[in-house]
Amino acid sequence: MFFGVIAVIALWFVGALALPWVQRERDRPGRAFSDKAIGETLHPVAIRKPEGVALVDSGKKNAKGQPVMVACATCHDTRESNFKTNQGEALKEFHQGLQFRHGSQTCLSCHNAEDYNSLKKADGQALDFSQSMQLCSQCHGPQYRDYQNGSHGGMTGHWDLKQGPRERNTCTDCHDPHHPKYPLVMPVFPPKPVIGEAILPVDKSHSH
Amino acid sequence: MENEPTSGGCGSGCGCHQDPGDRGDATRRNLLKAAGVTLGAAAFAKALAPLATWSRDNLSVDDFLQQHYRELDKEQLAAVLKHLEEDTKKNYGADVTISDHRPQKGVKFGYALNLSICIGCRRCAEACHHENNHDRATNNSYIRVLEMQKGSMDMEHGNAHYDHPVPHPDKFYMPVQCQQCDNPPCVHVCPVEATWKEDDGIVVVDYNWCIGCRYCEAACPYHARRFNWTKPVIPKEEINPKQSYLSNRIRPQGVMEKCTFCLHRTREGKMPACLEACPTGARVFGNLLDPDSEIRKVIDNKRVFVLKEELGTKPSFFYFFDE
Repeated sequence: MFFGVIAVIALWFVGALALPWVQRERDRPGRAFSDKAIGETLHPVAIRKPEGVALVDSGKKNAKGQPVMVACATCHDTRESNFKTNQGEALKEFHQGLQFRHGSQTCLSCHNAEDYNSLKKADGQALDFSQSMQLCSQCHGPQYRDYQNGSHGGMTGHWDLKQGPRERNTCTDCHDPHHPKYPLVMPVFPPKPVIGEAILPVDKSHSH
Repeated sequence: MENEPTSGGCGSGCGCHQDPGDRGDATRRNLLKAAGVTLGAAAFAKALAPLATWSRDNLSVDDFLQQHYRELDKEQLAAVLKHLEEDTKKNYGADVTISDHRPQKGVKFGYALNLSICIGCRRCAEACHHENNHDRATNNSYIRVLEMQKGSMDMEHGNAHYDHPVPHPDKFYMPVQCQQCDNPPCVHVCPVEATWKEDDGIVVVDYNWCIGCRYCEAACPYHARRFNWTKPVIPKEEINPKQSYLSNRIRPQGVMEKCTFCLHRTREGKMPACLEACPTGARVFGNLLDPDSEIRKVIDNKRVFVLKEELGTKPSFFYFFDE
């Protein structure tokens, strides 16, 4: 009997001590998850649209001093197409400064001789300039596959589409279609040596 | 000696054979005691004096007595955050918001980097510098971009101090930051548990609990931890005002810091700053527990590897080359 009473009192004590501890445990930051409610609806992934029809500087200025831009079809509608041309220098007007380093393509591999305000797919179908990713993906399958899987091409926004949208670059944001190799750049933000760090001379022999 | 009276005297063993009834002598003894106590207190204060000047500027009693982050309850944490915001205003003149971002349920973060695409432009390191409120003078960043000889895979031979147009045809570029290991050596060596791994995989530091012993820096095989040798100096207008207790709030002098995968962004569903800054899209970030995530597609379909796998650190950061 006596020990029973003692046991009850002891239990009550332990309980009274443990309860606030357990309650406090729940809202300690080190353990709790975020209590933010996240919906199930997915935000959109927007792909940046390339500019529409390209305009070319005619080299002339208008009354306001702005360059006069002309659309491709302005000249090309009335001229014969040359399917062999593959360098800007080969043309008499406009395209002189155009660097072309894109495999063995010719101009009319991608440009549409029927309508210079559009592009042309391999099957001859016309394609709007804003849809140029379809044109690129005809040859660059692995890159297009990786792009679709999210491992090629820069992006901004949310990894979690339940919480917000994402914006992705299109091919021509990084690759100039006429010389698509990514250009050399100067690195930014040179690191400064931290205390105790010995900087090896640049290009020390790599003969290990 | 044992038979001598001790009451009122100096006690047995002191050697002064005084009559307990001698009043004048009792006064002298009190005087001696008082002098002894004063001298002792003075010596104690003198001994502690370097501690007072050595500790952080304006370290208040509240700061000194603050509990470990994981011991704080909601009210205490709210008070700490408010206090830190006021400190930033006082020390830097900037109005900032310091929040407490907690992990999301069902999320474990993973990062992958395509070494075939990275051109070594270091824009990720620069973005990190600004996002995480690093000291301006030291160009500090959680990311170190290593220039590596093609064919070499040993990051210890990488060169972070290259300065020529990139990419060089004989090299590839490997940015290295915290690998958020599942078996983190830095966490194991911390003598005060100021650094730990959270449920979404991020290894964090309680900057207010860290004692700055730099054991973790020595333990990290990826050289991913940084020490605040000085109080960070950042112009008021350049401070990123969106801050979090465990990530990019301005660190005090004398504590360790590290990459947190920008948890103040990623725990809100956003991409880390280094990924958004990458001009070539070499970086892939996401939830390892979601089988449809971009990061899982990389791990499932690319031949990924981790740095220094033989150490058994189990990184959450993966590298791969395009076939």
